[in-house]
Amino acid sequence: MLYTEKVMEAFQNPKNVGDMEDYDGMGQTGSEACGDIMQVFIKVENDRIVDAKFKTYGCAAAIASSSTATELIKGMTVEEALQVTNKRVIEILGGLPPQKVHCSVLAEETIKAAIEDYIQKRDKK
Amino acid sequence: MKKIYMDHAATTPLDPEIFKEIMPYYTEVFGNANSQHLFGRESVVVVDRARDIVAKCLGAKANEIYFTSGGTESDNWAIRGVARAYAHKGKHLIISAIEHPAMLTTAKELIKEGFEVTFAEVDEYGFVDLEKLKKAIRKDTTFIGIMYANNEIGTIQPIAEISKIAQEHGIVFFTDAVQAAGVLNIDVKNPKVDMLSLSGHKFYGPKGVGVLYIRSGLRIDKILTGGHQERAMRGGTTNVPGVLGLALALEKAIKHLDENNKYVTALRDHFIHRVQTEIPHVILNGHPTNRLPANANFAFRFIEGESLLFSLDMHGIAISSGSACSSGSLEPSHVLLAIGLPEGTAHGSLRFSFGKHNTMEEVDYTVDRLKEIIVRLRDLSPIFPKTEKNVVFDKKAN
Repeated sequence: MLYTEKVMEAFQNPKNVGDMEDYDGMGQTGSEACGDIMQVFIKVENDRIVDAKFKTYGCAAAIASSSTATELIKGMTVEEALQVTNKRVIEILGGLPPQKVHCSVLAEETIKAAIEDYIQKRDKK
Repeated sequence: MKKIYMDHAATTPLDPEIFKEIMPYYTEVFGNANSQHLFGRESVVVVDRARDIVAKCLGAKANEIYFTSGGTESDNWAIRGVARAYAHKGKHLIISAIEHPAMLTTAKELIKEGFEVTFAEVDEYGFVDLEKLKKAIRKDTTFIGIMYANNEIGTIQPIAEISKIAQEHGIVFFTDAVQAAGVLNIDVKNPKVDMLSLSGHKFYGPKGVGVLYIRSGLRIDKILTGGHQERAMRGGTTNVPGVLGLALALEKAIKHLDENNKYVTALRDHFIHRVQTEIPHVILNGHPTNRLPANANFAFRFIEGESLLFSLDMHGIAISSGSACSSGSLEPSHVLLAIGLPEGTAHGSLRFSFGKHNTMEEVDYTVDRLKEIIVRLRDLSPIFPKTEKNVVFDKKAN
């Protein structure tokens, strides 16, 4: 199995790693049994994502996908970020091996879960 | 960048001395060993010599040694060939749950063909549960296949006991010795096995060549049909330089068995000691002592194995998650699940297998890199306990 240089770079030097104490939205997907768990935290101001952080237990592709997805949504409005798909993540990474496409899907699902968490909290206020 | 190879259970480099010795049989002495002319006869001599050497190494007779294309073909032949030959007597086979995919996948194919297979359970160390094995035996059981030593966790099976059980019930006993050959003292008469497989490239011989020992008198169907090679039991032009290379490599491995084992055991034990004392949350998979001398298999908690594997790879360190034969699959290792590891822990397991060219410096370098990488990946991991400090410890003076 071969990863692109972009995957290896994003895996080796991931962006936006860490926890966020005062997040506005948090999403988690996956399970240890499946070999992937992703957590994404977002900070939102006026419906715009001003910061995003992640933590991932998983393979190189999962870590690279999390880094790429959080990097993508930073600066986007929540509406824009909801349109982000795993295909965009794969594109930026220059492709993923077929058996690793699910990692990008997980990244998409996790950012969506974080945004939906934010929207729910926002609408309750 | 340094290049450190610690995946000798996957394959070993061909010994340059042996390479030199077999080269003329690619270029000068190239005859088809089945040809009747002078060129063919020159090659037959080489094949006979190789067969004699292998027979001597295993305590077998030359006419019990069959050359194949490798471990997979030998395993396929053993289980399929006996299953078919004895199908009129019974259609039940027993293999262990931790066999190599060459056995497991073939067993599953045989199930589709109408055979029944029991996958004998193993304990937490990977030893076949002998009581359960006995209970699994039925009147229609014709075949027991248990590997000599496991490729992932290195557990060495109680072959003598299993052999006794098989003999008491008059069942054909096959052992996959691909990981054991050239490492453990093997004599097919003691403990008695009916069939045994091995592969050249696991003990510094060439790739693409293997052996199936078949006890004389044993009934077995052929699976590779063709010409009259291998006493009409296995079609296909004999790989003359390959079989010679395998034979010479096996002979050399056995000649230096004790010193090689002593050397790799020292490397392996140093590695295990450092990992266990310097890295928290690790589990040594397999048995602490009753394991192949070159094998160490660790679960690193809260980390997924592949990310660790690629991080080491970036430092030029080659190791393996599970086995090379099942890498690329998303399922955790069937061996680790069979010894009772939770799926998450199995995902975080890696195999380090040492060889005669590794050095203590390489082992230390690997542990040092491992420690850095583990801290980095645990920092990334959402399942690392927040209540704990993510640390590793300094090397203690020995």
